[in-house]
Amino acid sequence: MESGLRVLLLTGLAAATAGCSLFGRDAPPMDDAGASAPVISPEVERREVKTPKIDTEDFEITAYYGLISVEDFGSNSIFGARMAYHVTESLFLEGTYAMSGDVDRSSVEVLNNIDLLGDDRDYSYYDLAVGWNLLPGEVFIGRNHAFNSALYVLGGAGNTSFSGDDLFTLTFGAGYRVLATDAIALHFDVRDHMFDNDVTGEDKTTHNIEFNLGVSWFF
Amino acid sequence: MRQFILIAALVFLPSVTPAYGKTGHYEAVVAEPFLELHTGPGRGFPVFHVVDKGEQIDVVKRRTDWFQVRTKKGIEGWVRLDQMAATLDTSGRPTALDDPTADDYVGRRWEVGLQLGDLDGASVISLYGGYHFTRNLSAELRLGDISGDFSSGWMATADIVHQPFPEWRVSPYAALGTGVIHIEPQATLVQTEDRTDQVGHVGLGVRMYVSRRFMFRTEYNSYLTFTSRDDNEELDEWKAGFAFFF
Repeated sequence: MESGLRVLLLTGLAAATAGCSLFGRDAPPMDDAGASAPVISPEVERREVKTPKIDTEDFEITAYYGLISVEDFGSNSIFGARMAYHVTESLFLEGTYAMSGDVDRSSVEVLNNIDLLGDDRDYSYYDLAVGWNLLPGEVFIGRNHAFNSALYVLGGAGNTSFSGDDLFTLTFGAGYRVLATDAIALHFDVRDHMFDNDVTGEDKTTHNIEFNLGVSWFF
Repeated sequence: MRQFILIAALVFLPSVTPAYGKTGHYEAVVAEPFLELHTGPGRGFPVFHVVDKGEQIDVVKRRTDWFQVRTKKGIEGWVRLDQMAATLDTSGRPTALDDPTADDYVGRRWEVGLQLGDLDGASVISLYGGYHFTRNLSAELRLGDISGDFSSGWMATADIVHQPFPEWRVSPYAALGTGVIHIEPQATLVQTEDRTDQVGHVGLGVRMYVSRRFMFRTEYNSYLTFTSRDDNEELDEWKAGFAFFF
């Protein structure tokens, strides 16, 4: 009985304390000057958040020169331009346009002394690709010089203009980029341009391997 | 057409990021106990220097999510975005950085993208630019380069695109548009004449926000070609690609 009473008293006390703390929170502080005067004047200054002007260099423009082996039509020099947008430190998107002069005569043309292509011997292509900096790193020249570099892979699609036709082209490749300064880089690239062509008489998928050297500028 | 797409791409792409003027460098003060300088703009590059709390640094440039900074002693290195965001400006306010989020994606105004697909058996590469009037409604201009086994050509359309749930990460949309299609047969085939016809189309697609300014987009279009011959031609197109907003 005694313990029951103790429990009852304790419960009552606990409820009262809890109630006090609850009510106490809502009760305004006692103020001598009167309840109407505001305690704090709400003067919050609006703060303007301005993004600082920091030069962003996510674009890279490249000029390159190289050799392309046009299947059946010999090796030909090619020059082109690429524009890349670096989305993250690993991922980039790239658009390329390149052209070669007139391609060499194929062995079929030489042996039979014919001209398969006529006026349509010039070769050009464009493609849009997604690239991935697979192996970023640094290269060291001597003991005092370190240059940032990356081995990248890419794949894309585009169009080749050759033999009087527009040919849908898939492009795969890999490249190596070495940054000579923070804004200028040297590139070495190997690409395979694949398209279907029937100019030699049979419809076949051709592989046109290109390698090139380029100089790029980040801006 | 090819040159045109390329030129359009070259003109559009630089406007993807805001053009910052090359003014004096932004000066920041290290607020955390230290700031790590990496040798390159990537997570794998080693930390070679730390800047102590309270020291001032010049922010030279930004590349993706990395910032090249120069200390007062002239040491240059690269700082990660999250560490850069923890610095203060010279008047003691936190450094505000342009870090596009999903909120910016929902409130975007301009959008540029590239897609690859199939138009009734022919391959199509398409480039588009869009302007958002509201979160739901946008206008788009699309150019497509078509290359098939028997013919090639191009297509240009103007579209109205409605996105009923713009705040969804994967969000469907419907498109309605009109334009022209130009088809020329392959040179190795018997000569038939080139033709340019008007097209109208309806489309359904899905946008998916990936990260930063980047989204994935895939769609289906049904084209109706208004030919001068007896029958109108119907074409189906499937395509997928990526896009930026800014």
